[in-house]
Amino acid sequence: MARVPIIRVGDTLIATVQEELYDHDALRLQDDLGQRLERGDVRGVLLDVSTVATVDSFLARLIGNIAGLSRLLGAETVVVGLQPAVAVTLVEFGLTLPGVHTALNAEKGMALLSQGRRDDRFN
Amino acid sequence: MTASTDPDSPREWRVSVAGEDGIVAARQLARVAAQGLGFGLVDQSRIATAVSELTRNVVRYATEGQGEAVIREIASAEGTAGLEIVVRDNGPGIADVEQALRDGYSSGSGLGMGLPGTRRLMDEMEIDSAPGRGTLVTIRKWLPPVRYPARGR
Repeated sequence: MARVPIIRVGDTLIATVQEELYDHDALRLQDDLGQRLERGDVRGVLLDVSTVATVDSFLARLIGNIAGLSRLLGAETVVVGLQPAVAVTLVEFGLTLPGVHTALNAEKGMALLSQGRRDDRFN
Repeated sequence: MTASTDPDSPREWRVSVAGEDGIVAARQLARVAAQGLGFGLVDQSRIATAVSELTRNVVRYATEGQGEAVIREIASAEGTAGLEIVVRDNGPGIADVEQALRDGYSSGSGLGMGLPGTRRLMDEMEIDSAPGRGTLVTIRKWLPPVRYPARGR
């Protein structure tokens, strides 16, 4: 088990999730992000899941919760790097991450966040 | 975790499921077994996710959250190789299995799609459960036939 590190770039928080995420660490990530967002001046959250091999209903719901809590605290969440095999599994399972923005990779995710802010289309 | 040593006999692994460590151990082992049999990345993901859901149910619903997952290599009568995973617990059991398999049904705090979703990810799923008798879920995935590229004459 290991804490998910959160780094800050400009007004965006970036969290890179490890390959095997324990429930405990997933819940702590949610709390840690909430605390960082509470301080204000954060407009975006980028969740990099490119190394995550298994996303089950618990993790999918947690990602949805993070997006929901971020929005309530004035920031948008973009999930980046979902593996194709994980995406296929999620759709077949019936989990399509409603209300969560996604992008192919971190670069596109950062672009989506800054573009969304400019166009105000996240609001 | 134990594995039979005879290379000619199908292999079998056992994981005790108690707490979130058990969930991670069971799904990792299932993935490695699937990979070893030759399943592709998408099937590995389907199998690991199904095992994660079933063992999560054990931790969430079973009395004292304890159970066991058995992962074994199998072969059909026609000789097709596959992977079978049996997850059992001594929990409260499911009163209405048919209802539990319907989308949108949930007896607890879950999304209510654990069992129907798991069934969609696998080729076969059987549930043996009754109130007070615990739950035994068996899932199977068969190795898709290898398609060799057509050869010109």
